[in-house]
Amino acid sequence: MKIIHTDTLVLGGGLAGLRTAIGVKRRGHDVIVLSLVPPKRSHSAAAQGGMQASLGHSNKGKGDNETIHFSDTVKGSDWGADQDVVRMFVDTAPKAVRELAAWGVPWNRIQQGNHQSVIDGKHVTLTETAESHGLLTARNFGGTQKWRTCYVSDGTGHSMLYTMSNQAIANDIPVHERMEALSLIHDGKRCYGAIVRNLMTGELLAYIAKSTCIATGGFGRLYRSTTNAVINEGMGAALALETGVAALGNMEAVQFHPTAIFPAGILVTEGCRGDGGLLLDANLHRFMPDYEPEKKELASRDVVARWMETHIAKGFGVKSRFGDHLWLDIRLLGKEHIETELREVKEICQYFLGIDPVTDLIPVRPAQHYSMGGVRTNFTGQSPTLAGMFSVGEAACWDMHGFNRLGGNSVAETVVSGMIVSEYIADFMESPEGEISVSSALIEKFYKKEQCLLASFNNKDHTENPFMLMREMQEIMTNNVAIFRDEVRLQEAVDKLLELRKRASKIYVESNAKGANPALVAAYRVQRMIKLALCVTYGALERKESRGAHSRQDFPLRNDEDWLKRTLATWPKEQDELPTLSYEALDITQMEMAPGWRGYGNKDRIDHPDTEIRQAEINKINQQFSQKHSNQSDKKSDDSANMQEALMPYKHLLPPSLQGDNERLMEEK
Amino acid sequence: MSNLTIPVKQIDALRTLTFVIFRHNPADPNSTPTLQRYTVEEADSMTLFIALNEIRENQDPTLQFDFVCRAGICGSCAMLINGKPALACRSLTKNLPNEIYLAPLPGFSLIGDLSVDTGKWMRGMSERLETWVHLQEESINLSKLEERMEPKLANDIYELERCIECGCCISACGTAQMRDDFIGAVGINQIARFKLDPRDKRTDGDYYTVIGDDSGVFGCMTLLGCEDMCPKELPLAQQIAYMRKKMALATL
Repeated sequence: MKIIHTDTLVLGGGLAGLRTAIGVKRRGHDVIVLSLVPPKRSHSAAAQGGMQASLGHSNKGKGDNETIHFSDTVKGSDWGADQDVVRMFVDTAPKAVRELAAWGVPWNRIQQGNHQSVIDGKHVTLTETAESHGLLTARNFGGTQKWRTCYVSDGTGHSMLYTMSNQAIANDIPVHERMEALSLIHDGKRCYGAIVRNLMTGELLAYIAKSTCIATGGFGRLYRSTTNAVINEGMGAALALETGVAALGNMEAVQFHPTAIFPAGILVTEGCRGDGGLLLDANLHRFMPDYEPEKKELASRDVVARWMETHIAKGFGVKSRFGDHLWLDIRLLGKEHIETELREVKEICQYFLGIDPVTDLIPVRPAQHYSMGGVRTNFTGQSPTLAGMFSVGEAACWDMHGFNRLGGNSVAETVVSGMIVSEYIADFMESPEGEISVSSALIEKFYKKEQCLLASFNNKDHTENPFMLMREMQEIMTNNVAIFRDEVRLQEAVDKLLELRKRASKIYVESNAKGANPALVAAYRVQRMIKLALCVTYGALERKESRGAHSRQDFPLRNDEDWLKRTLATWPKEQDELPTLSYEALDITQMEMAPGWRGYGNKDRIDHPDTEIRQAEINKINQQFSQKHSNQSDKKSDDSANMQEALMPYKHLLPPSLQGDNERLMEEK
Repeated sequence: MSNLTIPVKQIDALRTLTFVIFRHNPADPNSTPTLQRYTVEEADSMTLFIALNEIRENQDPTLQFDFVCRAGICGSCAMLINGKPALACRSLTKNLPNEIYLAPLPGFSLIGDLSVDTGKWMRGMSERLETWVHLQEESINLSKLEERMEPKLANDIYELERCIECGCCISACGTAQMRDDFIGAVGINQIARFKLDPRDKRTDGDYYTVIGDDSGVFGCMTLLGCEDMCPKELPLAQQIAYMRKKMALATL
């Protein structure tokens, strides 16, 4: 058995994994990144629209700050997020965008003078000041009070990933490409690395590390209809689950993006609507203002996707031979805007639909897009139950997104979590707990287990085809565990998945074929994907309320009294039929923002008794500071920091290097 | 307006397509290169991504190929489609004849069948050309306002940064097929991108040391297959000509 040693093993070469690797390396530790594909091909490249950071330079961003970004993110999460982590995130996002600016990302910049723009279906003129000229500009995105999304045309993820990947090369970080971790090596308390399969040669090897960081992205491919790349099969989360010790958080919180092109499911950015695009029905009627008079097309994604499906169910969808869809209209943005700021959208329309969005309508329907849930970590990114195992980015449930992520907060999280968690990984390795002593017997045990698993598929008595099982699982998830959920459909999905899991133990593939062996890859992945699908479905069945993207037609209200808590799924024994669910309560008495209405979506809810008490405390603190402020009017910015500190201190949770205040061009007047 | 239908081009009749696919598994000592035929019933809006997966799922589980985003943005799936390098994921079968020949991209080491190792090649290119911004100062103060940049310059940099390292330009390049060390349009374009970027402190002399010879900008024979085959329609000919002029002047 070949064994490779390093300090930190990062699973995944997307934005989150690479930024983590860079941070660890800069602290003087060795790091190896494993990636299923060349890192520049990671799914981070598919992020089009942009990255939220409250710089507040542009006309429509004026007055923006961390507090407003915090408020938007918590409302977006439907109060499911960890507010400490959201604070850490909004504080670091401007630093992340500025670091990338210095490293070479060609962020779109502010041009002073007058600009034509489209807001709420009307052409308007916006004026940018001379002092803001050349600083980062931002576009509008859903669920935000300010234009906060920094962007590079509609290839933001591509530019960020290329810059990050090149920085990793500059830092001499080895990326072992086409390598797939099959299991984590651990003793039930401490993680020691992973058993890994080479996807070119089929060779099995062991990587031993003081710390292991899961940065493998989301699990969109559990669904048939998804915007996700084909590599987003949730394998990192599955490895954590299979330790039996680590937990997955909020797996039922799955985001559906309103504008996937129909029927291929390829994403067109939220920037289309942010820049002024409209949603139309079969009668070319703009229907979103009927449902959401305030935010219209720019409510949060969960809300817009639900209204789209509701509108289709009422019979207003456009009929086609593939099923019903709606229209996205960006014609009003004009040729020049589309050809400079939405060029990927134009290309996608041209190649996959044969249309030109300058003159044609784009057929769209919501599709699975993002996994809010994932490997549960504490604020340092470490698993609370398996020491030495960390997770970042979409793979993690760090928990800044709760039950719905805002557009533009995803690529922002990848970089921010990489910056923060890499510091904590380095601290961990420099502490006494960072040392490992791992026996060769333990490594051997995990190695043999994977070897046996791979060999077990070569059983001629077995008849199941892994590709077909994958298809069936994806159908179940798309049909029964999607935007609208209820007990009957979820129970049916659980039953079918249990049946599928039995069949998946009878997969036959020729597993001794030399080389990559794509059928073998599908075989071991589908077994793990079915487990993840059960975590999503069973978690959704048990959560008897509606919150964010989890919408139960039989429990239509958000229920803070019983359900303001995070689902934790573990799988203690391989032979268990279902995951073991437990719940972690969110403590309202410590929240900076007590639960309330989001400003869009359903206004009714069941409150928790603590909400009123906490709101009264918050009001009192607000009042104290506003009185103090009226006495000393020149100290406002200090006071807002002090007030925030009185409500929910968080600065001490950030690594010292990231605690500085963010400079802005103009402080709000 | 109910007469509106989904704007996918109608096909007169769906065909039975024949795929002739290059097969070879270098990991298996018994494997020899062959061409293998498969037939597939065409479907509406069928791409090569859909067709190849259908072959693998229903006919031949051993077939190797690479797709990641399947949306034309990650650059994984470039291959020779009826002799021309292109992205398979966004190639619609309706634009192709009844018989479709697929072969791996030349110029890269073969992993198996249609899968080639562009990743290793591109990483080597990046290391050799140092394709990152070489900053004036090592440490950045992350709390301070970002450096300003002219909006047009940012757009111009992005125009060159749209390269997805798919490898089409290398497989379409006469020089790259003759010499292994040629950095190709992908490399020259990246140097042009960093040269344009004021954040990068390198001088023309620095760039000359990495691309100022026959393995770099002077190896180009101006056949311009690179520009013809670039799926992102990058202005590669212009960038090569520009860099060649700059590098020639750098020697004076």
